[in-house]
Amino acid sequence: METLIILLAGFLFACGFFLILRRNITQVLIGVLFLSQAANLAILAVSGLGTGISAIVQNGAASPPSGHADPLPQALILTAIVIGFGVFSFAVVLLKKAFRDLGTDDTDHLNKADF
Amino acid sequence: MSRFPLYIFLLIPLSAAITLILLQGRAVAQRWVSVSSAALLSATGFLLIETVRASGPVILDAGGWAAPVGIRLQADMLSAMMVTITGIVGFCGALHAIAEVPANEERRGFHAFYQFLLFGVCGAFLTNDIFNLYVWFEVMLLSSFVLIALGGKKAQTEGAVKYVVLNIVASLIFLLGAGMIYATFGTLNFTDIGERIARGEGSQVGTRLSAVFLLLAFSAKAGVFPLYAWLPSSYHTPGHTISAVFAGLLTKVGIYALIRTFTTAFQSEQDFIFPLLLWVSLFTMVTGVLGAASQFHTRRILSFHIISQIGYMTLGLALGTEGALMATIFYVIHHILVKTNLFFAAAAIDRTGGGEDLNHTGGLYRSAPWLAGLFLVSALSLGGIPPLSGFWAKLALIKETLGMGAWIAAGIALAVGLLTLFSMTKIWSEAFWKDRPEDTAPARALHWGHVVPMIILATATLILTFYPTYLLELSQIAARQLFIPARL
Repeated sequence: METLIILLAGFLFACGFFLILRRNITQVLIGVLFLSQAANLAILAVSGLGTGISAIVQNGAASPPSGHADPLPQALILTAIVIGFGVFSFAVVLLKKAFRDLGTDDTDHLNKADF
Repeated sequence: MSRFPLYIFLLIPLSAAITLILLQGRAVAQRWVSVSSAALLSATGFLLIETVRASGPVILDAGGWAAPVGIRLQADMLSAMMVTITGIVGFCGALHAIAEVPANEERRGFHAFYQFLLFGVCGAFLTNDIFNLYVWFEVMLLSSFVLIALGGKKAQTEGAVKYVVLNIVASLIFLLGAGMIYATFGTLNFTDIGERIARGEGSQVGTRLSAVFLLLAFSAKAGVFPLYAWLPSSYHTPGHTISAVFAGLLTKVGIYALIRTFTTAFQSEQDFIFPLLLWVSLFTMVTGVLGAASQFHTRRILSFHIISQIGYMTLGLALGTEGALMATIFYVIHHILVKTNLFFAAAAIDRTGGGEDLNHTGGLYRSAPWLAGLFLVSALSLGGIPPLSGFWAKLALIKETLGMGAWIAAGIALAVGLLTLFSMTKIWSEAFWKDRPEDTAPARALHWGHVVPMIILATATLILTFYPTYLLELSQIAARQLFIPARL
């Protein structure tokens, strides 16, 4: 299962990098989204998927059941997803504004400020 | 270990930001809340420095959970110095904002986001947890995204697109590195990672991968060759106050993260990372300074100089000795003061000299001799002319480079210093010495808010010039603390 997830993350990374190198800013945006999902999946995969047993201490037990999944990577990913949402929604608005103000969605034309 | 309420550094800017949101629409009150928050931050920063100097690093376990389970805030001398300089630059920036930031940006929450930015920066300097550092980076980045785009000029939007996209990618690499660290060591605490590596835990592949991810991410944030493209294409676009504060503080957070990662946590990877970083630093210095030489616009010249100066700082880190680290820390502090002041000077040149294009400015030496004086202090200090603070910084660094027999590095560092001076003379001769061209835009009057922050920063530079021992001593303590393997 880990291998599958890692392959999926790798595929998403490849798609993401391909897309952010495109000239269309909408595709760049989707590329960023792919990359952030890929990073989350990669963290999940490298930390081990576990066996599906949650880390909740049962009534009367002193410690969580043996073989439980590590909750910390999940907490990290949740935090990263929330942050990613915030950043991504800002990026959507910014790129929308860039499209409206600059009148182009081609990144090759985003070079007025450089010269 | 002494007790010091470290959360105060987070509480001050956070409560200021919340107050500022509540004060929405009352611009005068907002300005002064922002100024006093930053002033308080720098004053408390000096208290922290004295505490750390007297009794060693200060720690605070968040929520009472002991590290490495809980998140630990930790202030050694480096953190204390960085927090204090954040307060000083924040204070000067808040004063400058009174003069520079237009009313429509104030209405859209400039001051609140400014405080959130300081909140993120302080958090990043104080945390001892890699994932927590990621969160602070994001707090800082999101505020900086808003601040760089606020105002909505076309050039600004364009610069912001590049800034945002490249910084998001760098953040994702950072996130991946943090995840990799947890997978390898089962901990996120910097000190704990260092201890576990010393005990031989963690696979070699995992250790090296984490180190490389973090190197990539922080290099991109610091503006190191070849990952600096976002910096010169965005830093000259926003309002002057924001340019100045970003130029002073933000890339240095990346430098701080590099220092922290490769001393406290990944000391074992130094042999692998540092030779690489050494060459990268030399390229950073050279490409930055050559980029500046080709520009003819004040803030673009200064932006490229940030990159070349970043090269000096990473060079000091890459040498890997305690003396070189001390020089780097001294350099960082000196650079923050000088660079912020140069951007403030660029704002004043823009106003009184008729713009930022050096072809269309001139005559400032005659019309504003005091501005010429203030500019000269910072510009010559950046170039490393004795006896200014930049000279002490470069002297310490190059002495260490020569001591290690790195002749090429020392030669390049000296040559880049000369080229820096060349760009500074370009601004000097075009904006100050040359007669005012006919087609220059009319001069606009300066507000006191333009002048006071420049005087404060120039005074700070002069204090470092004639009394460098204080900062040298602090840098030495900071470097020593980073070098002895810390214990949890």
